[in-house]
Amino acid sequence: MTQVQGTIVGVNGNMITVEFEDAVSMNEVGYARLGDLRLMSEIVRIRGKRADLQVFEDTAGLSVGDPVDFTGEMLSVELGPGLLTQVYDGLQNPLPKLAEECGFFLQRGTYLPALPRDTKWIYTPTASVGDTLTAGETLGTVPEGMFEHRIMVPFRLRGSYTVASVAKAGEYTIEDTIATLTDESGDSVEVSMMQRWPVKLPIQAYRERLRPTEPLVTQSRTVDTFFPVARGGTYCVPGPFGAGKTVLQQLTSRYADVDIVVIAACGERAGEVVETLREFPELDDPRTGKSLMDRTVIICNTSSMPVAAREASVYTGVTLASYYRQMGLNVLMLADSTSRWAQALRETSGRLEEIPGEEAFPAYLESVIASFYERGGVVTLKDGTTGSVTIGGTVSPAGGNFDEPVTQGTLKVVGAFHGLSRARSDARRYPAIDPLDSWSKYESVVDNAAVEAGRSVLQRGSEVGQMMKVVGEEGTSQDDFMLYLKSEYLDSTYLQQNAFDPVDSATSAERQQHVFGVISGFLQADLSFKDKTTARSFFHQLTQTTRDWNRAEMESQEFKDIQARLEKMVSEVTVNA
Amino acid sequence: MHKVYHRVHNIAGNVINIRAEGVRYRELAEVTSRTGTSLAQVIRLQDDEVSLQVFAGARGVATDAQVRFLGHSMQVPYSEALLGRIFTGAANPRDRGPELAENLIEIGGPSVNPAKRIIPRNMVRTGIPMIDVFNTLVESQKLPIFARAGEPYNPLLARIALQAEVDVIVLGGMGLKHDDYLYFRDTLEESGALSRTVMFVHTASDPIVECLLVPDISLAVAEQFALEGKRVLCLLTDMTSFADAMKEIAITMEQIPSNRGYPGDLYSQLASRYEKAVDFDGAGSITILAATTMPGDDVTHPVPDNTGYITEGQFYLRDGRIEPFGSLSRLKQQVNGDTRDDHRTIMDTLVQLYAAYRETLEKQSMGFRMSDWDEKLLKYGDRFEKEMMDLTVNIPLEGALDLGWQILADCFEPMETGIQSSLIDAFWPRSASQSEASSSAEATEDKTPGKPDEGDAEEDTPAEAEDTEAKPEPETVEA
Repeated sequence: MTQVQGTIVGVNGNMITVEFEDAVSMNEVGYARLGDLRLMSEIVRIRGKRADLQVFEDTAGLSVGDPVDFTGEMLSVELGPGLLTQVYDGLQNPLPKLAEECGFFLQRGTYLPALPRDTKWIYTPTASVGDTLTAGETLGTVPEGMFEHRIMVPFRLRGSYTVASVAKAGEYTIEDTIATLTDESGDSVEVSMMQRWPVKLPIQAYRERLRPTEPLVTQSRTVDTFFPVARGGTYCVPGPFGAGKTVLQQLTSRYADVDIVVIAACGERAGEVVETLREFPELDDPRTGKSLMDRTVIICNTSSMPVAAREASVYTGVTLASYYRQMGLNVLMLADSTSRWAQALRETSGRLEEIPGEEAFPAYLESVIASFYERGGVVTLKDGTTGSVTIGGTVSPAGGNFDEPVTQGTLKVVGAFHGLSRARSDARRYPAIDPLDSWSKYESVVDNAAVEAGRSVLQRGSEVGQMMKVVGEEGTSQDDFMLYLKSEYLDSTYLQQNAFDPVDSATSAERQQHVFGVISGFLQADLSFKDKTTARSFFHQLTQTTRDWNRAEMESQEFKDIQARLEKMVSEVTVNA
Repeated sequence: MHKVYHRVHNIAGNVINIRAEGVRYRELAEVTSRTGTSLAQVIRLQDDEVSLQVFAGARGVATDAQVRFLGHSMQVPYSEALLGRIFTGAANPRDRGPELAENLIEIGGPSVNPAKRIIPRNMVRTGIPMIDVFNTLVESQKLPIFARAGEPYNPLLARIALQAEVDVIVLGGMGLKHDDYLYFRDTLEESGALSRTVMFVHTASDPIVECLLVPDISLAVAEQFALEGKRVLCLLTDMTSFADAMKEIAITMEQIPSNRGYPGDLYSQLASRYEKAVDFDGAGSITILAATTMPGDDVTHPVPDNTGYITEGQFYLRDGRIEPFGSLSRLKQQVNGDTRDDHRTIMDTLVQLYAAYRETLEKQSMGFRMSDWDEKLLKYGDRFEKEMMDLTVNIPLEGALDLGWQILADCFEPMETGIQSSLIDAFWPRSASQSEASSSAEATEDKTPGKPDEGDAEEDTPAEAEDTEAKPEPETVEA
């Protein structure tokens, strides 16, 4: 393959204009040469003999006349065993390795292989000579931590292939040939454990896509009961700064009932990533007892890292997630924050001098967001097993106002909306998911009728609360006041969850069903008090006891005792019909 | 190599265009015309056309001005000799001291590898109770001070500079009034803190381009000190002027504005500066405190809004005091558990009672009758504002905690504070700790939202005044 070369004719911020002679393709990667440095860049527009490339690095020092080498390949990531536990930047450079090599700072132009080349993996072939296979079907397996990592027919191969030879079981590096395939015309392809895939294209080597129906338990009561997420579904978490988006995502990444979590920290604070980086290896995965890091991949392109790579980071993340889905695993991909990614698009679009849409975001913003979330989903693989990618993205709307293009563009395509509210976070009601504004199209882990009844209590309670602000407590009827107290009770004992209590921070689906059943019973009970003060102090007492209940282990005697106490408390004031 | 060009064919705003070859992006050039010599930086290359941003402004630049390229990008001298000195935004001496030219370092360097950062763990003591007690400043934190124009944010920064326990202070002034510059200089000089300070000051009358350089220069210098193991405090004032300077340049460059005229990359630009705050794994640290004025006292204005998404909390300065509501240090949990056992409890209790006081004030202004409880709150609120919130108060953390207990003891019974009995026993002043206190305190303690052993880490924005349910202690006491 002859290498296509070009010459820089213009530099503007992170955008370079390059004149070329031979054929290049859209989104192809080129390296701008600056002395010994090679700066990675991607073609984002072609006009005549000139292409505009966004550079994933600082462009200082580039000059008109500097050469650019085109690679003929789109921006791709390496897929293979060894991805788990890694910390990458947006271009899949392993950051800890980079630190060993370059010290404190991220020196531009340094690209390291994403997967370790010298690690030997224990390979067991499953396909045999003569089998006919298509892309995505399994050739053999490798144990990777607690998972069985499938080595598959590379996704880029089209049509069906016959296995000509397979390597014996044994130890191989990811570059060793583990099988030879021949296509229908007799050409042979050598396959290793590692393959490359362009991040902007979805991986579709599966049989069919299914409707997401099975709930993904995040162990957050507000989410699972009221605004559930399904495996293979999508959801978004918009909220103003300080409302707890990142904390909520960190909790989800810890407790969600999935096999693998891919975290894309995209344009946010480095400090928050550092917390994840330093704490995850120490934390135990509640499901397996192993370190949380063993099931995690972190893509980290914080706000001070180059903007163009920020855009790449969400795609890198979702590509890795889809790769593990191909192995029949359930993967959760978290992007924090998609607004920063949209801003990266806006910056690029501005430099290209495209006609701006709303708030100067490019006109294609919505379709880009839509096609990103569409990469989630639950699928049946070619061997009949299923796998899923669930995508959760935070949105940081300017001024906390949800009427802005990124939030609106996202709401159109997601299956659940967890809107965080400033009022709730100011009142320290965490998680600050607004129970009245948020919605979900997925099935709750709790019985639907009970959830609806609970929702109605919250709704009417809030109306009474509003009214009470005007007419005062005295002007509120006893019935309305009761409703208000009940909705406050539901809010403070069920919706609110203490993220730092070892028991309360994560509530299993089973426990949610049990607890919500009991609390629903209380909400439906007809209670009577001699005046509002006694009613209020009763509910204070009840709230406090229920919070203690939330802190007790479900199997413990304490849990049963408190439940009995609660039931007694309520039955003492219940009017018997 | 240093070819001189003589033909400027376009001048707009502070940007001049010439035709030249072999010029590197971000390279510096010297532009000389009859009115003087200024540095300029390459900001766009298109074929043989070079756009340069002239630091001293294009005013007086002639079409036949001499343009000589220097072959390097913006640099700043770095050595111990910087301490005690004052420079302009272009790193020229402002204090009649000698010019420094050795050991030049590039500004706007690459960002720190997240894998080389550590979780912050050291408190920065300032002697200001509203910071030390309620929103502790942590080494390597980046915190803005949100204030309306006219609030004393500069005196506050100056006080922090004087009192903070750090090795080096780097002060970057952007769009400062000349008076404010002199105020900083004189205050630091009188107290002797100038000898550990470097100042890069752009005053409002200086060329706007120099304003853009101030944060980068200040942070590049801060970074060098930090790499040598020093604990550096970087004070930037005012970041809104910096953003406005960016806006001005962007509009001149005919960039498409995104929100209220600010360029679309405002977030990234601010972030790349704030993210220089760091605690190096195996070296020193940079802590950034930045004043951000809010035009029209509007926190949703693009500059404070984007800043809030970047920084680790914020201080609101209102009516000359740091507001306990809304102000937040996201990192305080990392340190305030290890200071003194009562720190978190005092922090929560004082703020909750102050919130109740605010509510009572509202009731009072609406003409409601004041109950005994209200009277107590009024007494408390008044003392809290005078003895804790006032910016002139200067006491170390431990003293402030003791003072907090004293104020509580003077205004309330132990049971009314909702503090758990073990702490009451240990810390309540006047040994006459009532036996009834423990039982009633127990009854109330669990309803207190911010009870410390619940360890509410992220949730520290105290309840706003209208929310009655979040802080049930007054009702409980009455009941």
